[in-house]
Amino acid sequence: MIFLYIISITALAVSLAASPAKTGRALQVALRRFLKLLPPFLTMLTIVALVLAALPKEVFVRYLGGDNLALTTGAAALLGSLTLMPGFIVFPLSGLLQQQGVPYIVLAAFTTTLMMVGVVTFPVERAYLGTRNTLLRNLISLLIALAVALAIGLYFGELL
Amino acid sequence: MSAGPKPSSRLVRFLPALLFALFIAGSLLLRFQFGLTAGRRFLEFGGEMIKIVPFAFILIGLFEVWVPKQVVERHLGEQAGLRAHLWAVLLAGTTVGGLYVAFPVAAALQRKGARLAFLFTYIGASGVCRIPMTLFEASFLGIEFTLIRYLVAVPLIVLSSELLGVYLQRRAYRINM
Repeated sequence: MIFLYIISITALAVSLAASPAKTGRALQVALRRFLKLLPPFLTMLTIVALVLAALPKEVFVRYLGGDNLALTTGAAALLGSLTLMPGFIVFPLSGLLQQQGVPYIVLAAFTTTLMMVGVVTFPVERAYLGTRNTLLRNLISLLIALAVALAIGLYFGELL
Repeated sequence: MSAGPKPSSRLVRFLPALLFALFIAGSLLLRFQFGLTAGRRFLEFGGEMIKIVPFAFILIGLFEVWVPKQVVERHLGEQAGLRAHLWAVLLAGTTVGGLYVAFPVAAALQRKGARLAFLFTYIGASGVCRIPMTLFEASFLGIEFTLIRYLVAVPLIVLSSELLGVYLQRRAYRINM
């Protein structure tokens, strides 16, 4: 994140030195695009907040710790699709679950859908891709996430 | 979203957030636990994103003003070879935040003439291949976990993006905004 700050502030400074007029235009573009995104963005945050309030951490521990592998993997993919978490929360949580005996295939389904499938980011994604293509992209991503989970399950010997 | 919205419809688009604000205000008054938790999550996530999004948009603005269209067209455009998928993956590696940053970046690239298939690769890879996140993943779940995920996900992302890109391009589809 500090990297992002350094790069954007340096770029802004260089741009300002090279051409204040162009920099002004760049900031206008930035503001305009940001304001356009703001409504779906706030809607997304609202949905994230409600979903996460409805699904406290204990829910994840309970559903990801089930006995039936197929069912648990499905639940993991569902939970991952439904929620949104920053990486610095997801992976420590996954590491903890793994130590508690949750199989890798379940963690793969959970983390990969979390990163690739966005039910709560739907309002933002729809603003760019439209409803139909958003559904299409998310469906494809879900399939890819399941393929990843299967491969990981096979590799760690949890399937055969 | 592509047609200029009327002021009234602009307000409607803020409606879910406004209703949520009312709900949180009510929860504060009534000490409604679920509402309080939701409000806290909203602030947590909003705070996390506000640290990223303005800077990402400044970079997008600078990109649109300074980077010539030919440069993007040459590396990510119609005539760029399949190797451009690799550029898309590498670019995704440096993306911060997540999908909500990847979409505005993809839209900016498209305005500069990038091919749709590469943009879908970029969007997909920005879920899986972000470098800071990958480091986190490898340290908590092991390097093998990360390697297998990359080996399976990246080729599938490239393949599906190529199919999706060609299919949508035929229907003269464009990313909005």
